[in-house]
Amino acid sequence: MSLADQARGDLKLAGLHKRYPNGFVAVESLDLVIPQGSFFALLGPSGCGKTTTLRMVAGLEEATQGTIHIGEQDITHAKPYKRPVNTVFQNYALFPHLTIAENVAFGPKRRGSKDPAQEVKEILALTELTEQANKKPAQLSGGQQQRVALARAIINRPDVLLLDEPLGALDLKLRRAMQVELKRIQEEVGLTFVHVTHDQEEAMTMADTVAVMNKGRIEQMGAPYDLYTNPQTTFVANFLGRSNLIKGTVVGREGTGADAVVKVDMHGTIATIKASKVHTDSDHGWVGIRPEKVLIQPEGQTIDAPGAALSGAVVVDASYIGVSTDYTLRMPWGQEITCFEQNTGRRGGLIPVGTKVDVSWRPEFAFLLDSSQDAEAGLEED
Amino acid sequence: MEALQRVFGRNTAYLLIGPAAIWLAVFFLFPMLSLLTTSLSDPSGTPITGYTLTWRVQNYIEALGDYWPYMMRSLLYAGIATLMCLVLGYVLAYAIAFKAGRWKTVMLVLVIAPFFTSFLVRTLSWKLILADNGFIVNTLQTLHILGEDGRLLATPFAVIMGLTYNFLPFTILPLYTSLEKIDPKLNEAAADLYASPFQRFTKVVWPLSLPGVVGGTLLTFIPATGDYINASLLGSPNTQMVGNKIQQLFTTAGDYPHASALSVILMVLIVGMVLFYVRRAGTEELL
Repeated sequence: MSLADQARGDLKLAGLHKRYPNGFVAVESLDLVIPQGSFFALLGPSGCGKTTTLRMVAGLEEATQGTIHIGEQDITHAKPYKRPVNTVFQNYALFPHLTIAENVAFGPKRRGSKDPAQEVKEILALTELTEQANKKPAQLSGGQQQRVALARAIINRPDVLLLDEPLGALDLKLRRAMQVELKRIQEEVGLTFVHVTHDQEEAMTMADTVAVMNKGRIEQMGAPYDLYTNPQTTFVANFLGRSNLIKGTVVGREGTGADAVVKVDMHGTIATIKASKVHTDSDHGWVGIRPEKVLIQPEGQTIDAPGAALSGAVVVDASYIGVSTDYTLRMPWGQEITCFEQNTGRRGGLIPVGTKVDVSWRPEFAFLLDSSQDAEAGLEED
Repeated sequence: MEALQRVFGRNTAYLLIGPAAIWLAVFFLFPMLSLLTTSLSDPSGTPITGYTLTWRVQNYIEALGDYWPYMMRSLLYAGIATLMCLVLGYVLAYAIAFKAGRWKTVMLVLVIAPFFTSFLVRTLSWKLILADNGFIVNTLQTLHILGEDGRLLATPFAVIMGLTYNFLPFTILPLYTSLEKIDPKLNEAAADLYASPFQRFTKVVWPLSLPGVVGGTLLTFIPATGDYINASLLGSPNTQMVGNKIQQLFTTAGDYPHASALSVILMVLIVGMVLFYVRRAGTEELL
């Protein structure tokens, strides 16, 4: 079943700006094109402007400057009830006095559909709510209410579906299940989904494209894989997953084209970083490496990685999680870095706290960020 | 009750209900029985000698036959006043609930403020305001809205206005409580789902405020139907309500049995209408 049957268009935000009367700038000259039919996630900590952006697209908030287009249609100043846009609200905002079927039929009825019963039936089937049709929202579980909110929105076949932290009120297990469900429904109906969330895992599992927002601006945008493996700012490196950021000095640039690399002196050890993952022009930078890419081995044993190894690290903490073990290592220069090691069983146990270890990683996984950026950016949020 | 017994033990529960039960027996059940017996007593007695219970059902037929126009007038005046209260009260309650911001508390206090003076004094002051040579009547006469001999006092308008004024807070407070509970997000959701401002009101806000509408109109209509102060202070003999008749029968005529019969008729009528109304509004579960 495809709801996206007629020609629509991309959602285009140009120079979008939102300044509240109290002077707070929630969104700063945002430019964004969200292709038709894509699953797009706006990811960021609370207060980063992602919800405000969404509300401006929905028409619930007036833009201070800039324009919003869907295809050729300018909807910047259109009334919310005249936009081809629907929203799944954070706490669902289901009408408590109406049954599930009536909630779902609300939109079609307002648009003049005399008998939306057939449509309602189809959407309820799609969202697996057929048996709940005659119940009131208060009789449903959180996950079911969430699906009603979704059904109530997608039945209108909007050009753009906005989801404001739609899974925020669910517990972890249900959230995981609903992530898969949402993705399935999006693929089935083929509508443009714009999903606002502060949960990086949620954004990454569902979206084709993720835009990481911070302080009213987009820090970086791309496919989840690219964002994760090649973050361009310390904020993205820390907010999207975790990163070890080690101070380094650029000592040379070698090679050309795809083979170009940058050599960085990291407290006496030279690390090689692919030029495509270098995001600074200055001579100083943060060498970034994801904890699961960090390999460790007790001193003297061979380590399975090409390139330089850092020696003299000490295990100061080992927390066993089951599938993996998180090691905290104190480097010779005093910094603590993290290493997630998959428990393949190869090691036959944990490395005891206090053990001296060598540390290394495959050079292609490292990235270099601008040293003027705060190494703690994006850390304080969950 | 069962929960109470589980927590406190069997006897504690009865002990706790005790005061309320005694209160009800003394102040509700006993007077009610007295009213019923008096209404079926021989009217040839006097308040001093007392009345003998003769199961005289004619009292009811006579009361209804003699005073049904007053009954009708009561229902009509109270009905119009309730409707006016609903319209005025809804607007104000809506404004307090959604638009007042930090003035919410101040406005609520202002709604209740008239209660700090006596009902009687407030109604008397309206008598002055609507007086034949008061400034309102003079102004209306100058503007030729009211004729040379036109007056406001002693008209049905004055009585209905008095009722509306006096019972307005009883409409506003339940309405406010209901409206205030409505999540503003529902309004946004309705807007998002193509509902115009008018549809948002008729499809979302109004149905969700029904408990307040039912509560408020009942709290207004019931006392307004039995009221006699407004009719006696602001009205004329032509605008007398059933309350006035009951009062006269009790105090002036000393005809307790007919007064009681009329009271019982009024009570049964109102209880019947309330039950019908609540059923129709379909708000039993919301109440």
